[in-house]
Amino acid sequence: MRLNEAHLQTREQKLETTLLRPNWHILLVRPESMTFVMLIVGIVVGSLLSPYFLDVKYILRSFTLTAEFSIAALVLTLVIIAGEIDLSPASNMALSACLFAYAQAAGVPMPIAIFIGLAAGLAMGAFNAVMVIRFQLPSIIVTIGTLILFRGLAQVIAGDKSIRVVDWFIGINNHLIMGVPLPVIIFLIASIVLGLVLNMTTYGRQIYQIGTNETAARHSGIKSKQIKFGLFLLIGVVSAICGIMTASRLGSVRYDLGLGGELQMVLMAMLGGTYIFGGRGTILGTFLAAWLLVVVSTGMTVANLLPAIQLTVLGVLLIVAIIATNFIYSRTQR
Amino acid sequence: MKNLRNILLRREAGIFVMIVLFCIAVGIERPQFWTLNSLRIILLLVPLIMIGAMGQMLVLVARHVDLSIGSMLGFSAMVTGLMFRHYPEIWWPVGFIVAIGTGTLLGLFNGVLVTFFRLPSIIVTLGTLNLYRGLTYIISDARQINRQYIPSDLKAMSQTSPVFGIPWIIIMSFMVALLTYYIVMHTQLGRQIFAIGSNPIAAPLRGINVTQVTLIVFALAGALSGLAGIMYASRWGFVNPSNTGAGFEFQVIAAVVIGGVSINGGVGSVLGTVLGVLLLGCVSAALPLLGIPGTTQNAIYGSVILIALLIDRTVRQKGLASLARSKT
Repeated sequence: MRLNEAHLQTREQKLETTLLRPNWHILLVRPESMTFVMLIVGIVVGSLLSPYFLDVKYILRSFTLTAEFSIAALVLTLVIIAGEIDLSPASNMALSACLFAYAQAAGVPMPIAIFIGLAAGLAMGAFNAVMVIRFQLPSIIVTIGTLILFRGLAQVIAGDKSIRVVDWFIGINNHLIMGVPLPVIIFLIASIVLGLVLNMTTYGRQIYQIGTNETAARHSGIKSKQIKFGLFLLIGVVSAICGIMTASRLGSVRYDLGLGGELQMVLMAMLGGTYIFGGRGTILGTFLAAWLLVVVSTGMTVANLLPAIQLTVLGVLLIVAIIATNFIYSRTQR
Repeated sequence: MKNLRNILLRREAGIFVMIVLFCIAVGIERPQFWTLNSLRIILLLVPLIMIGAMGQMLVLVARHVDLSIGSMLGFSAMVTGLMFRHYPEIWWPVGFIVAIGTGTLLGLFNGVLVTFFRLPSIIVTLGTLNLYRGLTYIISDARQINRQYIPSDLKAMSQTSPVFGIPWIIIMSFMVALLTYYIVMHTQLGRQIFAIGSNPIAAPLRGINVTQVTLIVFALAGALSGLAGIMYASRWGFVNPSNTGAGFEFQVIAAVVIGGVSINGGVGSVLGTVLGVLLLGCVSAALPLLGIPGTTQNAIYGSVILIALLIDRTVRQKGLASLARSKT
């Protein structure tokens, strides 16, 4: 009897200690904190490497180079939290940008050309969604197929030539609002909106539930299919927007626009602590990871590293990031 | 009669019929497709894909996927090319050992990440795809290995032949297919790969060392990519850090899924994969004859993968349905 009581007591104590775990401790084991620390380290190391590194204007301008990927990565984070994945956004960007550029080069008025691009993005998102949700195929393989297909179609449309964009449409990255380039502003707004949706709305919480346990979510009345369908449509449209933004930044469109972007997007989500098997992850993490990547690549450019070495670094970072998040989550089983 | 029906019901028969129909259709449109020369073109297109496909088939059957085989091909080819450039007097078959060894190491690295860290293979190999490509740039200093550095005996392998005018590399690729057939059908390892793929939970309960088998599968995929790497050098006579093997993984995955290997693991055959590779070779050879620009190739690979996925799904459902009928 006494033994039992003692046992109970220790259990209560344990419970108390876990409940009373100090705030800083909880904060420390969150994967975003890791990202944040790495960001700080990156900035410190970068500024030691070169005095030009701490130029805020330069960093903001470098950010516009990956802003499109970062925006798509925010939505990709939602998709991964919901337990699916989409590897096709970069190809989607290329195809919708090609359609958009082709239309406006053929003399279609700009608003309609943009509409064509967005509609194409939506259609591509819907295609992925139908394959994954209606036909219940694994999203990872479906989106590898569409990754090749969309870029292949872009190649069919554009050939090996590049399509020029009308002059006045060029240069979204040169528009400054209070000294901040427009793509960065769009990224900030998108992060805030998606972060609020994910944390403050029922819809957002349901995304987490679907990713944690889809069967349970469906049994508790969550329309998991509709929500996932919506997420695929959203990432389709957002990729199209990003594609058109890239077209405006580059001034011309080729089929290889955003080639290899899927690596960067998945990398941003993983570095931000999104759990690859779904159910965990935050917009804040991806937001920080996007900046971290900019700091890393700016640092590498400042340090005069070859682009090829940067590719290697990105590959290594991806592997290290998933190992680290998996490790953190396995230590903090909820 | 029943045997014939069984043969016709097999997946491989369907692919074979598709190849025949496709060749007839193209031949009617362009009679020059039916010449010995175009057969030669088709056969010279397939060896690399064939060898890569054997490795990828094993990986897919074990319920994994390897996206990095193109980069492994490039890296092993580059290592071998650099060796030939620095030590021109070396006996050229050593290149095979070096290429296969390099590929095996890269494949093992993938396998270690997948098994010991329990990471999804698709994300790991997406990472290593870029990692190995970057390393290829680094070791080569972003410079191409030119034609004069590749030993002429090696280059001759894709020209000269021991029998019937069939070049060595074609014979080698079919020998690799035969060897894979032997491994898959007649060794414990092959059966264990299928067991893991069809039921990953039951496999360890039956005493299969899943970690070890998965490691071997990834190492084999790497080794075969390495072999494909030196054959690339033989076939094209150069090694380029950016082109060599780029997009190879997509061709291979397309060929393998046409061949009826299921993405969900546990299903696949060497014969089907060989036929899938041949069908892809026929399509690639027919495109220029039909006047379709090469830029459509990627679109075709992509749609082929998606169509194969859908067929695979219907076959699985219909197959189960017919099984239920036969029991009642």
